[in-house]
Amino acid sequence: MNLGIIRAREANLPQPLNTPEIDKIATLARLRVSPGEAGEVAARISEILGLIDQMRAVDTDGVEPLAHPLDAVQRLRADEVSETDRREELLALAPASRDGLFLVPKVIE
Amino acid sequence: MLHLSVTELAAELSRGAFSSVELTRACLDRIRRRNPQLNAFITVSEESALAEAAGADRARAKGDTRSLLGIPLAHKDIFCTRGLPTTCGSRMLQHFLPPYDAGVVERLREAGAVLLGKTNMDEFAMGSSNETSFFGPVRNPHDPEKVPGGSSGGSAAAVAGGLCPMATGTDTGGSIRQPASFCGITGFKPSYGRVSRWGMIAFASSLDQAGTLTRTAADAALMMQAMAGLDPRDSTSVDRPVEDYVGEPGRSLRGLRVGVPLPHFTGGLGAGVEQGVRAALGELEKAGAELIDIDLPNNHLSVPAYYVVAPAEASANLSRFDGVRYGYRCEDPKDLEDLYTRTRSEGFGDEVKRRILVGTYALSAGYYDAYYIKAQRIRRLIRQDFARAFNEVDVIAGPTSPHVAFAHGAKADPVEMYLEDIFTIAVNLAGLPAISIPAGYDQGLPFGLHIIGPDFSEARVLGIARQFQQLTDWHLQLPRDTHLPRRAREGAS
Amino acid sequence: MEWETVIGLEVHVQLSTRSKLFSGTSTAFGAAPNSQANIYDLAMPGTLPVLNGEALRMAVRFGLAINAEISRKSVFDRKNYFYPDLPKGYQTSQLEFPTVGRGAIVIHLDDGSEKEIGVTRAHMEEDAGKSLHEEFATDSGIDLNRAGTPLLEIVSEPDLRSAGEAVAYLKKLHSIVRYLDISDGDMSQGSMRCDANVSIRRPGAELGTRTEIKNVNSFRFVEKAIHYEVRRQQDVLEDGGTIVQETRLYDSVRDETRPMRGKEVANDYRYFPEPDLLPVVIDEELIEQVRAGLPELPDARRQRFREEFGLSDYDAGVLTASREAADYFEQTASACGDAKLAANWVSVELQGLLNRENLSIAESPINAPSLAGLISRIKDGTISGKIAKTVFEHLAGGETDVDELIEREGLRQVTDTGEIEKLVARVIAENAPQAQQYRDGRQQVLGYLVGQAMKLSRGKANPAQVNQLLREKLQP
Repeated sequence: MNLGIIRAREANLPQPLNTPEIDKIATLARLRVSPGEAGEVAARISEILGLIDQMRAVDTDGVEPLAHPLDAVQRLRADEVSETDRREELLALAPASRDGLFLVPKVIE
Repeated sequence: MLHLSVTELAAELSRGAFSSVELTRACLDRIRRRNPQLNAFITVSEESALAEAAGADRARAKGDTRSLLGIPLAHKDIFCTRGLPTTCGSRMLQHFLPPYDAGVVERLREAGAVLLGKTNMDEFAMGSSNETSFFGPVRNPHDPEKVPGGSSGGSAAAVAGGLCPMATGTDTGGSIRQPASFCGITGFKPSYGRVSRWGMIAFASSLDQAGTLTRTAADAALMMQAMAGLDPRDSTSVDRPVEDYVGEPGRSLRGLRVGVPLPHFTGGLGAGVEQGVRAALGELEKAGAELIDIDLPNNHLSVPAYYVVAPAEASANLSRFDGVRYGYRCEDPKDLEDLYTRTRSEGFGDEVKRRILVGTYALSAGYYDAYYIKAQRIRRLIRQDFARAFNEVDVIAGPTSPHVAFAHGAKADPVEMYLEDIFTIAVNLAGLPAISIPAGYDQGLPFGLHIIGPDFSEARVLGIARQFQQLTDWHLQLPRDTHLPRRAREGAS
Repeated sequence: MEWETVIGLEVHVQLSTRSKLFSGTSTAFGAAPNSQANIYDLAMPGTLPVLNGEALRMAVRFGLAINAEISRKSVFDRKNYFYPDLPKGYQTSQLEFPTVGRGAIVIHLDDGSEKEIGVTRAHMEEDAGKSLHEEFATDSGIDLNRAGTPLLEIVSEPDLRSAGEAVAYLKKLHSIVRYLDISDGDMSQGSMRCDANVSIRRPGAELGTRTEIKNVNSFRFVEKAIHYEVRRQQDVLEDGGTIVQETRLYDSVRDETRPMRGKEVANDYRYFPEPDLLPVVIDEELIEQVRAGLPELPDARRQRFREEFGLSDYDAGVLTASREAADYFEQTASACGDAKLAANWVSVELQGLLNRENLSIAESPINAPSLAGLISRIKDGTISGKIAKTVFEHLAGGETDVDELIEREGLRQVTDTGEIEKLVARVIAENAPQAQQYRDGRQQVLGYLVGQAMKLSRGKANPAQVNQLLREKLQP
């Protein structure tokens, strides 16, 4: 028995996610979901979305979204150069670099 | 000396009962013996720890009296440490050597603490059982068959198991308080913005907050005194004075109005835990506090709202792990898309991937309003619930977790795991300070009392917890296998 | 049947702050690759942004200059996409609450008319790094020096109706940001970049499907790219085809636009408020502070030059297009007291010299006081207009003291009547046949004779005096 699916149905989730939807978000997130895993992943995610769907029952009209718990405003930084050149140290962390550049497989624009 | 609290260790060190080198060596020995089973540490830095300890001893000889001078410390492996591996529990950062220190790391070093190493954690802090770490699960010192809680499970197990007297943690939805509850120690999460997030690897930026795992609330106060304060490198770090956490608690328990949230005592709360928490509340009442039933009407929506906000923010925060500038990179990528997709698919574990996918979905075209904006509206309702409650009460208290530590592998269903944090998550959504302090045992395992305060009431929350620990000795009970003697309670000597 | 062209421009202007938008890394141009890319710029885990106050003030400065609404509260958002030049995997930008709201820019068209172009908004965002595709055989190299440089993206309404209008708008924008000193606006270095949204329609019809031409890096290419794209769209539609909404690149070598490759993954940017930054509140005090520091802007200066110096609208327009030229002119005119001569010398002789030497006015080898000195000597008759050009060449060669050089080179104009009489007599004697022709009524020969006299004097004789004396002497 898959508790998640039942929960999703109870919460009136329109439909569990289908494979093309999983493909789309996996592509956006640059993650691979193999055809073998797609069903399982879709079920798990649908289950989570079912949990999330409890929110839909609540009337939030007129409630201002809260992006941040702090009721504060952005501090401004003085326009000063505080960083020094650490290129050699930082490039050393890169999996692939050459001539001071980070390397990626050739990009065609 | 391993059974002593930070407060006691500081006194002993300053009295000259033992040196920091001796203390550090004792911790390292214990780590060597206990870590193979507990798996609480990912990295132990013996050499540098001993060097730092020797430095602390020299400084003390010259009259240095810094609060944490010479006291061994472990950092959750989410805090960047210059030149010391910082993995975030992930294959993605298995070999990452940060070229900078986190703000928290700097401040605790400045207070004189000796860094022993880095503790295990759920991968990218995503988990409530410490089972998602790439470096294997952490075991609960009270019972190795049980989880220590998560995500700061390594820090909690290290402190509870006597491997170190204090450790840092981070709390996004309960990741300090729930493992503290499961391991029978004190876990404190300050208000959002009180402690710098600079150099702390982000999970969900608007929820993450650094805090402490210690045996006692007095120890938490000592650590917080060093950690709290403005960091100009973090735009969300607040510029307001840091109160005195260490001195005499400003607020006595007499006349204290303690809100008891009805939604925290319904549903899945285990009978043993409920009984124990009510008994703990009874202690407060006996000391003169007034218990007032309150409602937090939107509490049941905190988990759903959280599972939109946190994955949404995480999905963006984790985009930087792309195999280009640092971290894991797949073998022989055939093109750019292959580099991205394989690096990320191989570098991240299943739970992290699942949350990235959920977050990506919640933010994607057509769903943004229904999920993300809706969750942010609910977030405001939740914050308003607390604000309303704090018009009537000084603090809110209840169970930290619905039950005691569960067995490894017991919760394979993600949603079931997410509901673990039903009492803690609302606090993060609202940005409030809260603490979990040991309050009893159920089925031989500890559980915690959860005390929540209004914005920036760190001193009040810590003060109340310290007073509770003068009335009770749950925090002094150590795991059976540690063979360490029981200690007298703070202030009772 | 006629087609109407509809163009909207999105212009990215790099703000000339010393440090990046969210980190203290230098933004200086031309540094070695990745030497100006620090831990935040490289999106190292745990690093956080703090907003550069100067970048915000520059955005407000621009907003006030185009009479735009300034948002009292603006919000930064994350725009999510993967690309190697975007280290965080999201660009920090502003979607719903940009710092600068609706404003307008007036452009001057060739026929002398004016047209107001609406500015929809201008938002702050960070620049990306650069991908270098030519360095290595199988890899692209990534240089992140530019990543995080502050940008102001200025979005126009689709109010532009021709490539010419688009260029006029772009030049005006260039002039404004230079006047405001918020950007060097150098298109060749990429500090000002332009994306053009182009569509065509039958007059009165609804807007057609548009294409977006990306990153066109000179005024001339903007004009050519739009011309090409309009022609292409006309051909497609007239052949019964439809326009595909797409992003196209302009190839200046082949003078054509073509669809961009590698964008096959449908974009869904998943914007949401950047949780690492708090809302940016701009209070009255900051606005008034910025307003108080605003310079006189090109339109106001153009108007003043017409009124104060009596310049034609055309001359005033040319001279105020750049702040440096306007400053130069104004200094020259004030010092010599003759605005019309000053306008002429600055916009013809000096501009010609600068064009030949490929210099900007800031690099002019002749400074304003020297040019004013030269003009003063024309005005008081010390030198002739012709000789003035000789003096000008000396100044261009690096000399600065006009009077000293006139004396040394003996360039002073001859106005002594006695000397000019001698000169005239000699010319008449040496050119007897021409003198006779004039006496016989061929008036136009006089010009030749004046020319001979000027030649004999090596340009120094006062031509008016020569002219008058010749007429007198040859009177029949």
